[in-house]
Amino acid sequence: MKFSYYPGCTLKTKAKELDKYARLSAEALGIDLVELENWQCCGGAYSMAKDEIASKLSSVRALAAAKEKGQDLVTLCSACHNVLKQVNNDMTTNEDMINRVHNYMKDEEPYNGETKVIHFLELLRDVVGFDKLKEKVVNPLGGKKVAAYYGCLLLRPSKIMAMDNPENPTIIEDFIRAIGGEPVVYPYRNECCGGYIALEDKNNAIKKSTLVMESAEKNGAEEIITACPLCLYNLNKNGAVELPVKYFTELLAEALGVKGEN
Amino acid sequence: MSFSNNLKENVIRSAGVDPKKCMKCGKCTATCPNGNEMEYKPHQFVYMVEKGDIEPLMNTDSIYKCLSCFACVERCPRGVEPAKFIEAVRVAKIRKQGENHLKADMIPDLLDEDLPQQAIVTAFRKYSK
Ligand code: SF4
Ligand code: SF4
Repeated sequence: MKFSYYPGCTLKTKAKELDKYARLSAEALGIDLVELENWQCCGGAYSMAKDEIASKLSSVRALAAAKEKGQDLVTLCSACHNVLKQVNNDMTTNEDMINRVHNYMKDEEPYNGETKVIHFLELLRDVVGFDKLKEKVVNPLGGKKVAAYYGCLLLRPSKIMAMDNPENPTIIEDFIRAIGGEPVVYPYRNECCGGYIALEDKNNAIKKSTLVMESAEKNGAEEIITACPLCLYNLNKNGAVELPVKYFTELLAEALGVKGEN
Repeated sequence: MSFSNNLKENVIRSAGVDPKKCMKCGKCTATCPNGNEMEYKPHQFVYMVEKGDIEPLMNTDSIYKCLSCFACVERCPRGVEPAKFIEAVRVAKIRKQGENHLKADMIPDLLDEDLPQQAIVTAFRKYSK
């Protein structure tokens, strides 16, 4: 099965493992991820201002490129996923923006939100299926207690992201079960790690990341997994708790027995 | 029409949401992970925008404290989506000449070897034009 794939800037630099283990795992699962040519950075954050349009064009270009190929667009980084989905929603709801984008891009076939954006986790749940995934596991986690850290961007705003229940999500917990781990549910799993505030107010990021990690630790976690490079950075670097934090794709590749491959 | 009325209308248009729907329950501020660091809190943005009291919001650091976590957007029971007002005020501010909150030459001092690009591009998106 073929999908367009949007890695985003961080997966080419500081978060290479997130990308690499996803590609290896996809291959093992019979999924063909075709990286979009000439994709541009999504900007990292979706601007909530309706009249901020230029900064959303790179996302529209990626969405339109996938449409041209007739493929769904797979994302991996939580931030890219959030931006692409919200911009895609704008391209069906924000008339002023739609007009301006069409006027500016002058594409023969104007883009109107046709592309389906799916996160790699949704690919596992909805295309592969967690039951099928479980059958492919060769190195199960052996009941390891793993805490899913959703953070903000995968789930919210839920009426646009539509991945899962924003207050009581299960997708990553179901993933953990499928690869043989025991999910740890804790109250801070969908609260903010501090995000980009780490850049100018490190102490603030330390406070927020520590709260998340303490909450996971208190509920018995031996390890935390995430889909977001900035969450991983904040928890690893700014969280004052010694718990390993990994990308979910690393555990996936390990479970599928492809982690050592290149 | 006075300048402040224009500004109010611009901010509301840019936010794309209606401050009059707010029932002043305070849930946005209660759920905001960074509310403690804000001089003006999310519910005050809503109230003050509705009043047209925009200048103090333009001049407070609180506009740089929103983490874009979408918690208030998700959890507001009235669909007011307060962060959109914070964003609209911030955008109105940084669009003015010389009002960038983050400048490129400040970046090298803020970096460490693990900081993901995502943090830098996001900060630029939020702080600068
Ligand atoms: S949560 Fe919504 S209704 Fe309640 S104070 Fe905030 S903006 Fe108003
Ligand atoms: S989006 Fe901004 S204002 Fe709203 S809860 Fe998050 S940090 Fe607070």
